[in-house]
Order: sequence, then structure tokens, then C-alpha cells
Amino acid sequence: MFEKILIANRGEIALRIQRACRELGIKTVVVHSEADASAKYVKLADESVCIGPAPSSASYLNIPAIISAAEVTDAEAIHPGYGFLAENADFAERVEQSGFTFIGPRADTIRLMGDKVSAKNAMRKAGVPVVPGTDGALPEDPKAIIKIAREIGYPVIVKAAGGGGGRGMRVVHTEAALLNAVNTTRAEAQAAFGNPAVYCEKFLEQPRHIEIQVMADKHRNAIYVGDRDCSMQRRHQKVIEEAPAPHLNARARLRIGERCAEACRKIGYEGAGTFEFLYEDGEFYFIEMNTRIQVEHPVTELISGIDLVQLQIRVAAGQKLPIRQRDVVLRGHAIECRINAEDPFKFTPSPGKITSFHMPGGPGIRVDSHAYNGYTVPPNYDSLIGKVMAYGDTREQAIARLRIALSETVVEGIKTNIALHQELLDDAAFLRGGTDIHYLEERLARLQRDD
Amino acid sequence: MDLRKIKTLIDLVQQSGIAELEITEGEERVRISSRGAAAAPVAMPVMPAPVAMPAVAAAPVAAAPVENAAPEGHVLKSPMVGTFYRASAPGAKAFVDVGQSVKAGDTVCIIEAMKLLNEIEADQDGVVKAVLVENGQPVEYGQPLIVIG
Repeated sequence: MFEKILIANRGEIALRIQRACRELGIKTVVVHSEADASAKYVKLADESVCIGPAPSSASYLNIPAIISAAEVTDAEAIHPGYGFLAENADFAERVEQSGFTFIGPRADTIRLMGDKVSAKNAMRKAGVPVVPGTDGALPEDPKAIIKIAREIGYPVIVKAAGGGGGRGMRVVHTEAALLNAVNTTRAEAQAAFGNPAVYCEKFLEQPRHIEIQVMADKHRNAIYVGDRDCSMQRRHQKVIEEAPAPHLNARARLRIGERCAEACRKIGYEGAGTFEFLYEDGEFYFIEMNTRIQVEHPVTELISGIDLVQLQIRVAAGQKLPIRQRDVVLRGHAIECRINAEDPFKFTPSPGKITSFHMPGGPGIRVDSHAYNGYTVPPNYDSLIGKVMAYGDTREQAIARLRIALSETVVEGIKTNIALHQELLDDAAFLRGGTDIHYLEERLARLQRDD
Repeated sequence: MDLRKIKTLIDLVQQSGIAELEITEGEERVRISSRGAAAAPVAMPVMPAPVAMPAVAAAPVAAAPVENAAPEGHVLKSPMVGTFYRASAPGAKAFVDVGQSVKAGDTVCIIEAMKLLNEIEADQDGVVKAVLVENGQPVEYGQPLIVIG
């Protein structure tokens, strides 16, 4: 087991990783930018190293600085968290080449899943159902492109192969708009990801976003740990997540979980991962795989009793998975609200000093937040300041507990989206469960029209 | 226990004028004794030996007590994370010594990061008033290295 781990991230996930390390008796080195020097987990770390000024490119994305920090502190492994360099195959490679263990899958796996076209092909080969679409990148020839789109059937969506996470995509409803859309998406892809390759898929009109959590060790053991429904999204950013996904057929759940675990074994996946699907009319369609721990991992932890971050560390240290599939028992329901420092209905960011901070508690409540009374939310990074989660025996109980918890939550000095969460927890469609990925934006549009 | 922590403790003992300081952290223990009144007692509050080590040692505090005693001048801060060296090679003459004149652009030290030796240059003309870091000590981004007055 590692004696010292370097946490190459910030915010609530840095604190989460630190907690897992401390429980395992592992010393923590936290790297931070100048803007995060007074973060809670920096003060709690055994060692901390300032790696650069506030901008991410000079700090949390600064590979030489991070590896250098690992060298001077004699860390043994590096945990990349989520975002930043977590899915950067070059980073994973350089970490390993420099003699440290990268806590995550191998660099070639990250590369495979990072290219959305090769990811789909790998999944297709591994028996995971995918969204109908092109096998590879779209060709240059306009006639060929038109033929492909006709075969798939409109509406279609054009996506950047090097994109992901909702970026670099465009929906096309009619043939007349197709070639323009392809060219624009290609140009955007080149600019944003340095890779102009685009592919085309069937666009599902009212799908839900359902994902499967997997965990695999370095000995070809792999398990799935249930599913999550993350359909409540705005501009492809998740707002509320829950586990398990409501109203899913038990057999369908089992089948898709098994396929994902089998895919892990086939590709030699190591560590924590999430298979993301669009789910419509009882069918699952693979869109992408996230080769890292995710923001919403706690809802899975709450219904399974499994500490996913600790397992990541154990697996990276070479240990075998301590549980088999039949040991995974899912019980109850958990829901997470992402608390962002932003205007609840305008979504403008609201960094600044938190003058009053009080988090809820009580049975079934879990709070993951790095913020504290007097903490200043820096303007340089994303707006996530914490996650408030509720667990219940049933979905109804989880919702009731979450409502109560949010009513007790106080964050003053900055704006937060707590008011939005409170609205959603009273929303009839949300209470019924099973809303699709467009629901939140449609609802927000209605709100604005009615104003 | 790393060298930075021990250096901080040594400075604490010297500047506070306490006779002896012993700290136990897990299985590690350090005892530092002052051989008589080394420095003139500085008007600093006597720090009680901290029982909860992380509060003192976590963030690199080394800079704080030293800067109180450091001379006036422009502080050259480290532009990167790495290991600080005063000379181009072990045993070679240091790039600069206290009292030496430097011009902007002169190499004053080396910071080694990922097996690469980076020459750090003075960013203004002046006289080296103090070198705040020990040879071979790890430094972080923004850490004060040299005072040029």
C-alpha cells in the first residue's frame, strides 16, 4: 500500500481523496495554486506544495509542476481526481514514466476511451449496445456524408471525436442543414480539441442519461456497482443525480451491468470507471466512458456501502478487488444536489467570500464540501462548492430528507443554486421520476417565459 | 520528518530563545536544544511546543519566521516547483553569495525539476542581501529564494 499520495486536484474532490487516504493511513501531499492556498484540505494535508499562480493552465494543468512536486515530496502515487488532468493520457503516461503510480486506468485505456469513435468501436466489439451511427470519422466527400445520414435516419447529431462531456456537438434535423453543420462542427473541433474528426449518430429525442459504475483491479476482476440517473442537466452539466435510476426493469439493469463488467475484463480496464448511456424506450445506447471517479460517485456509495475512492487506491496499489459481484448489495435510494456558486436562475457565476456557512445533518444526510465559514470561492475554477446528498429506504424518503436538508442549509455572501434545487424537489415530473435530459432546460425556458 | 520541518523547528528555537524543544509525531521524535542564548532575544511571542503537528508544519511555514529577520529588498520568488541549488554542480562555487553584486539576468541559482536544471536569473540589479533557502531544499511556486537590495 502506498505511504504517500499526491492529490493533483482541488475543491471538494481533493478533500474527498484526502479523507480516503487518511482512513487508509496514507500521508497526503496536496498541490495547489496560489488561489487555493487557504483551502481546508491544504491545511489538513501532511505536506502541501504551491505549484503555480491561479490560472489552471499554470497550475492544475501544469504537468511538469505536478510531477516535480511529487519528486520533491517523495510521493509514490498521484490521484488526479476528476476534470483537469484526470483523463489526460499524456499525463498518466508521464506520471508512470517518472516512477509514480497513476491512480486510474492505463494511459492506453484512457486514450482509447478519450477518442469517442474508438471508444464506440471498442464497446461495440465488447458487446455493449451503442447509439446507431458511423463506424468511424465522417469522410470528406459530401455525397458520402449525405448517404450516411440518410442511413442513420434524421434527426442526427454530429459530434467531435475528441470531444465529450457535451462539448463539440450539433443536432441536424434536415438534410438541408447537414453539410453546414458538419463543417462548423469540424472547425470547432479543430479549435477546441486540436482534432477535426467528427462522427455522426442517431439523435435520440427524449432519452434519459443513465450510467453504470464499474470497478476493476489489475488482475482482470471487474464488477458493476449499480446505475445512476443523471438526466437533470443544463447545457450538459449535471445538476441532480440519483441512484438507482427510477423505473428501470430489473433484468435490463442486470444485463447492462454485466455487459459493462465484461467489457472491462475484455479491455483490461483498471480502476474506477463509468459507462454513460442514453436510455430510451427500454433500450440502452452507449455514448461514452469516463475513465475516472465522477462528481456523483457518492450516491452510489450511499446505496452500496462501498467506498469507491478507497477502492481506487487499493486497486492502484495492486490489491485484488475485495468483493465479488454477488457481494454487491444495493439498498435504498440516494439523491445528490450539486451546490454551485451561481445565480440560481440566471446561472451567472458568484465567486466571493462566504460570510455564513451552515451545512445540514441528521439521518441519511451526507455533505461533501471543501467550503467553510469565511472561505473565499475563487473565480478561476468551476462553481461547485459542495454536494448535499440524502439517502432513504425509498426514493420518496430520500427526497423528503433532501428537502429538509436544503431548508437547513445556509450559504451567505455568495449566491448559490439552492433555490433551484428546492424548486426541482417540488417539481411534479421530478417527483414522478424518469424525466429526460431535456426536461430541466425546457422547464427553465418556461420559467423565463412566465416571468 | 522532512528537512523543511526540522529547519522550521531550529529557527523557532533560535528565535524564541527557549532552551529545548521536543516534538513527537507518530513514531518520529525530534529534540532540539539551544546551546545558550544564540541570537539576541527577538520580540516574538514564545511559541508553545505545538502538540498537533500538522497545524505548524503542513503549509511551508519556513518562510514566515525567517522573513521577519530578513533584510529589506526585493524578494526573488521561485517560478516553479523543484529543488534549489546554489551552484551548478555539487562542490562547485555558488552562483552568488551574500554581499555580491548582481545585474538583472545574472544566474543566481538553479532549480531542478524533473531531471532538468533550470537557471534562475536575477530580475533586477542590486546586491544579494540574503539567501533564504538551503542548498538541496525543495521549493514551491512563489517561495521566496533570494533578497536583492
